Amino acid sequence: MTTLSTTDIQRLADFATEIRVATLRQFGTLGFGHIGGAMSIVDLLAVLYGEVMNIDPQNPHWEDRDWLVLSKGHAGPALYSTLALKGYFSLEMLDTLNKPGTKLPSHADRNLTPGVDMTTGSLGQGISTGLGVAWGNRLDGRSNYVYIILGDGESQEGQIWEGALFGGNAQLANCIVFVDYNRQQLDGYVDQINPLGDLVAKWEAFGWHTQEVDGHNIAEIHSSILKAKAVQDRSSVIILQTVKGKGCNFAEGIEFNHHMRFDQAQIDGAIAALKGVN
Amino acid sequence: MTLTQRDMRDVYIETLSELAKEDQRILVLDADLMNSNGTAQFLKNFPTRAINVGIQEANMIGIAAGLAATGKIPFTHTFSCFNTRRALDQIYMSVAYAKFPVRIVGTDPGIMAAFNGGTHMSLEDVGVVRGIPTMTVIEPVDNVMLRAILPAVVDLPGPVYLRLNRKQPEPIYEEGTKFSIGHGQVLREGTDVTIVATGIMVSEALQAADLLEQRGVQARVVNIFTIKPIDVELIVRSAQETGAIVTVENHNVLNGLGSAVAEVLGDHYPVPLERVGIQDLFGEVGPVDYLRQRFEMTAAHIAARTEQVLARKVERF
Repeated sequence: MTTLSTTDIQRLADFATEIRVATLRQFGTLGFGHIGGAMSIVDLLAVLYGEVMNIDPQNPHWEDRDWLVLSKGHAGPALYSTLALKGYFSLEMLDTLNKPGTKLPSHADRNLTPGVDMTTGSLGQGISTGLGVAWGNRLDGRSNYVYIILGDGESQEGQIWEGALFGGNAQLANCIVFVDYNRQQLDGYVDQINPLGDLVAKWEAFGWHTQEVDGHNIAEIHSSILKAKAVQDRSSVIILQTVKGKGCNFAEGIEFNHHMRFDQAQIDGAIAALKGVN
Repeated sequence: MTLTQRDMRDVYIETLSELAKEDQRILVLDADLMNSNGTAQFLKNFPTRAINVGIQEANMIGIAAGLAATGKIPFTHTFSCFNTRRALDQIYMSVAYAKFPVRIVGTDPGIMAAFNGGTHMSLEDVGVVRGIPTMTVIEPVDNVMLRAILPAVVDLPGPVYLRLNRKQPEPIYEEGTKFSIGHGQVLREGTDVTIVATGIMVSEALQAADLLEQRGVQARVVNIFTIKPIDVELIVRSAQETGAIVTVENHNVLNGLGSAVAEVLGDHYPVPLERVGIQDLFGEVGPVDYLRQRFEMTAAHIAARTEQVLARKVERF
């Protein structure tokens, strides 16, 4: 992997917009959903699935694939849009979100959705399962990577710090953790509920190679992953400074945007605004 | 030292190591009880295939789920209280709901926690894992059974909870006995009543049957070592043939073997039932013999409860 060209950056920015539009359409079929935390990880998903990850959408269980563990499983719809756009399943399937018998539940489920690598939803657990996958791949001598996406509110869970301690000591160079630091959780602002303090210092103290970047800057996200991969003797974490609801004009900047109700006109307006800025 | 004279943990680790030589998928995880559980020996045998995660039960279960996602068969170890209630949500979602074949080995169940006392006494472990779909719950009774069933435990498709006494167990079975997971065994025939027992209570149940015989009561004794899926056929047949049941377990009578048997009887063939075990109480500290007396779990108590169920049977029929 090399540094992105201007064309690559534009391609990935376009992919991010496509993911956002597809995610808004998905939510629009329901009229409610976890919109804030889905929109904040879209640029990361665009870089991972559009550039970084070694995957085969025709063979989702390929043993040497890179894995994604979406520990903040409630952002599932953003992942589903990404997977559909990559060809794991049809774009029409996105209209079935949370419908009876669907393969696209609110929270990510490895047994239902092609391309979803781990079942998540109860917060805090994806760091442990992701570390287990990384350990298993290392035992088998594989060179693939495991990417784990944590939420900031989720980082209030004790299990995250059990994983941070274990993963720091295990020196799993094939594991890269992202923290979606959008500063908001269901009940409001993280800093007003149970602040995380100096997150960079905390992860460094746990022995991780730690970076902090703009989570909506395609080039920064990409180059931070390159730097993380260059580190061979430590597990890596990248803290993404993000905005909850990013790119959705009726959610971004709203205090209670974790789970929202909306009508089709709001969805149509948000999609039009996204296409306008693109 | 003969097989019957050995501690169960040593027979367990020896058997698991034999299996692991042939089956590269088998891994061991422990949460800082390697020297108690015997898994330290597995680490010596297979230095790259055992992980001591430290005191992190929830993380251990999650790591095991991730390892299973890469095709491994991980066995997690710690005391039964920590390997179940401490990590229950992880067992539920990361393991069972996600459909991973993790083997959860809980040691020192119930009153076997003895000198660790009430804080460490798992009287609800079977109950909490039994409520999770796809979970198989097994309580091996002695070294012969443990050694015989472990290969089948490795190969079960879903998650397994293995409730394991670490210490030297009372020998029940002859070497060479065959076992089948999900099928109980009649250890002693009888026509008046059936005593259904599991784990350390099986030997007490057999002694109770001897006491009852002296009083003219012929008690059938059944060892139900698979608490889930429970052997419905054998329990219903025993109810039909003997007309009364006593369950005997080293666990709260709520949600454990007694409840499982009551469910079967209620669904299929109700007969009078008495449930010997911890009567919805917390545990306490002390030697196992004291605790058996304290919680009314001796052969004499089982015999007395059997006479009570027989009185109810007479009233009814």
